[in-house]
Amino acid sequence: MNAEQTVTPKLIVKNLNFYYGADRALKDINLTIPEKMVTAFIGPSGCGKSTLLRTFNRMYQLYPKQRAEGEILLDGQNLLDKKQDLNKLRAKIGMVFQKPTPFPMSIYDNIAFGVKLYENLSSRDMAERVEWALKKAALWNEVKDKLKQSGTGLSGGQQQRLCIARAIAVKPQVLLLDEPTSALDPISTAHIEKLVDELKKEFTIVIVTHNMQQAARVSDFTAYMYLGDLIEFGDTSTVFTNPKRKETEDYITGRFG
Amino acid sequence: MFSLYARRRFINGLSLTISVLAMAFGLFWLGWILWTLLMQGLPGMNASIFTQTTPPPGSRGGLGNAIWGSLMMTSLATLIGTPIGILAGTYLAEFGQRGWLAPATRFINDILLSAPSIVIGLFVYEVYVVKVGHFAGWGGTLALSIIVIPVVIRTTENMLRLIPNTLREAAAALGTPQWKVISFVTLRAARAGILTGILLAVARISGETAPLLFTALNNQFWSSDMNQPMANLPVVIFQFAMSPYDDWRSLAWAGALLITFSVLTLNILARVMFRQKANTY
Repeated sequence: MNAEQTVTPKLIVKNLNFYYGADRALKDINLTIPEKMVTAFIGPSGCGKSTLLRTFNRMYQLYPKQRAEGEILLDGQNLLDKKQDLNKLRAKIGMVFQKPTPFPMSIYDNIAFGVKLYENLSSRDMAERVEWALKKAALWNEVKDKLKQSGTGLSGGQQQRLCIARAIAVKPQVLLLDEPTSALDPISTAHIEKLVDELKKEFTIVIVTHNMQQAARVSDFTAYMYLGDLIEFGDTSTVFTNPKRKETEDYITGRFG
Repeated sequence: MFSLYARRRFINGLSLTISVLAMAFGLFWLGWILWTLLMQGLPGMNASIFTQTTPPPGSRGGLGNAIWGSLMMTSLATLIGTPIGILAGTYLAEFGQRGWLAPATRFINDILLSAPSIVIGLFVYEVYVVKVGHFAGWGGTLALSIIVIPVVIRTTENMLRLIPNTLREAAAALGTPQWKVISFVTLRAARAGILTGILLAVARISGETAPLLFTALNNQFWSSDMNQPMANLPVVIFQFAMSPYDDWRSLAWAGALLITFSVLTLNILARVMFRQKANTY
């Protein structure tokens, strides 16, 4: 959390504009996401923080009327480029959603599903990979005896960790978390926040959150957005204790939003 | 203030009474139908129903050939109609957001869904029976599968639409190609609902008479030859029930009872499966 530590940029966003049909939801966003750190996007509902997150893995392409303009460089390569292979991109950039989304299959298959898309592992290697991912997601001890049971039978907090395990099993470089704890109780939330702290040793993490305390707790850098504009971006302690912009201060102190 | 409250209570009581009466009215007829069916059908029910063929008037017999024919045509029609219905329903739900083809298909399917079955029977009569020159089991199968398809299309589409988009997004976010998202995630999540739809389609066609009257007609003998006229329960019931012979009428009632209870069983099965789906997803 200190500003002096050296940071390597992982994702560089340049003049990014985003449209839902004719509505411009992101306005000339410029931003650098540092490698192996946690970057939080905060702001009131509708400010574009989730929209911004969903441009990083081009999730918007599922919907015909949504489009992005500008550049997002992942290790120097523009991932918005049409030539960029979408599935390979998504192998590098994993995502976890607001609501837990276990697939309708066993816990084991939930994890193996993504891995099988990219790697041809022997069943022994696959078992190891599943165990590795579940351990990383701090879920192994709870599910190791019921890997064959359906993933949909787990509790909400466990399901969310299953989704995190599923995302990291593919060994991505970046992990996008879209309000990962907003559907969870405080204990599960604490689990996940601790996990985020662990995971940043290996992954670049971008988290969207409604909860400012959460942003303050887990992130190294914070971006405050409002109505599609990036108002302020900086290291978290500065943004929270000594914001440069009046709007950020108003939001953080609760006078607005 | 109290008069307002009393008025509200009165209206509440009145609506409740009317609703209960309406329900009782509906149940009364349903109960009467089932009662008559049981009273008339049970005496004719015995093992020879399943083993013997439909008799000439005045001699003893069963419904074995009709049951066999119905089973054959119903299962073949389901086998033909189900894959088409599931594939088309999947297209409508998963690819149907853009273009004009999906809305047009959906509209035509709605018409087909409510088309009178006699029209479908006449259609198959014209395009198949007239061309080959004789009634045949295949004609009946064809007519029944035309009834199955729209039912399965509709349920498949509806069930797939119930699957939250976040599940599709989650699968896509792993870099899953769309065909895999659909076949391994969304269709799987919807499978209990789709199976329920198939069962309901089977229930629907197992009692259809009109489309078979024009296509498979009837056959006095055991026959598995789909190119020959084929006996089936609805047409046998139709012919026997209108006859002046007591043993025929008794067989018709037994057949009606048989169909009703098969349909009932299918419906119960469908409900149980759907409930299980609600628990797991």
